[in-house]
Amino acid sequence: MFRNQYDTDVTTWSPAGRLFQVEYAMEAVKQGSATIGLRSKTHVVLGCVNKANSELSSHQKKIFKVDDHIGVAIAGLTADGRVLSRYMRNECINYNFTYESPLPVGRLVVQLADKAQVCTQRSWKRPYGVGLLVAGLDESGAHLYYNCPSGNYFEYQAFAIGSRSQAAKTYLERRFENFADSSRDDLVKDALMAIRETLQGETLKSSICTVAVVGVGEPFHILDQETVQQMINAFEIVGEQEGPAAEPDAAAGQEAAAEQGGSTDEGVAPMDI
Amino acid sequence: MASSGFQADVKALQKHLAARHLIYQHQHNKQMSCPAMAQLLSNTLYYKRFFPYYSFNVLGGLDNEGKGCVFTYDAVGSYEKVGYSSQGSGSTLIMPFLDNQLKSPSPLLLPARDAVTPLAEAEAIDLVKTVFASASERDIYTGDKLEIVVINADGIRREYMDLRKD
Repeated sequence: MFRNQYDTDVTTWSPAGRLFQVEYAMEAVKQGSATIGLRSKTHVVLGCVNKANSELSSHQKKIFKVDDHIGVAIAGLTADGRVLSRYMRNECINYNFTYESPLPVGRLVVQLADKAQVCTQRSWKRPYGVGLLVAGLDESGAHLYYNCPSGNYFEYQAFAIGSRSQAAKTYLERRFENFADSSRDDLVKDALMAIRETLQGETLKSSICTVAVVGVGEPFHILDQETVQQMINAFEIVGEQEGPAAEPDAAAGQEAAAEQGGSTDEGVAPMDI
Repeated sequence: MASSGFQADVKALQKHLAARHLIYQHQHNKQMSCPAMAQLLSNTLYYKRFFPYYSFNVLGGLDNEGKGCVFTYDAVGSYEKVGYSSQGSGSTLIMPFLDNQLKSPSPLLLPARDAVTPLAEAEAIDLVKTVFASASERDIYTGDKLEIVVINADGIRREYMDLRKD
């Protein structure tokens, strides 16, 4: 009832003590296509669903390398995400220039959160409409953080954001206790399974998802399509059960993927394009 | 990049270029080619035309086609693509010898080309070692140790050689 009266400015409180503009910004995150992250003691994996505007266009880049030890996956207004990635890259470079050592993930995340907070307290600005899953490795281990448009940030063992992320979250909640000791390949497989949950019936192919890994002795990099497709084939043959790690380089045929009905994509909000 | 001069400026310049290289890689998804870095180095040096980096540089690397190239600089950024070069202390001793070994025989034969006969890798490394061993004899500042960086299609390799310790 009161929502529409107090939601014009980001600098206007509602009588209930809420900033609606900030909350609307968080809605924008929910409109973006799904993005998930999970970590073990030594590795962090990010995955996202690539939704292209049409068959003619390319899909948007949602996973960015920030430094050798940090990467970020975004959901929401991709343009805002790109700008923030550029900021993060600069911060890492500057820190490295001054201290000749990699920027600790926790520090970067706080700087990012402070930057977001500024936009919630200036009348001439608007909050960033993007949620960021920051994956990184530093001296204190592997980390996964979620940065909100509100300026809040949280550390997670595993998380999912974007549209239909609840399905992925449910899957992750069932399994997260095992993640800490998972091997790298198991972690990637879990990531792919979680992504598949968000697709709700659509076949999981490497052309519609992107996976990136960072870990001990492994700088942040995005896995190429072939590797991802091989891993998908491997576990689809094993079946729906979460069995022991199948060989990721199983040279199996592609016909293993079960065709499940026509996919009715719910329209993604135009702003995510 | 090999640099000679004021050590702190050399270090600062190297760090600056390394940071710019990282930014380039983020933006273009590939490594910088040597000619691109050559221009960047020149611009970076000239930027401080009125408070220069006290650094005398030689840049070496591969261009976009994978061919080797060498660029030589002064302290404020004027640069030239050459077949060979030397800078810093001892260069006055080394450069004439390199000219003798590598330059095209007749300066009347235009255009005068450097490094007419391309050396094999092993020959080039041997030449470098010879040249520094000789320079160490007469130049008081040259000596102790030599670091050779070899860049080819397989990657980057480093070799070390001891020089006269006096």
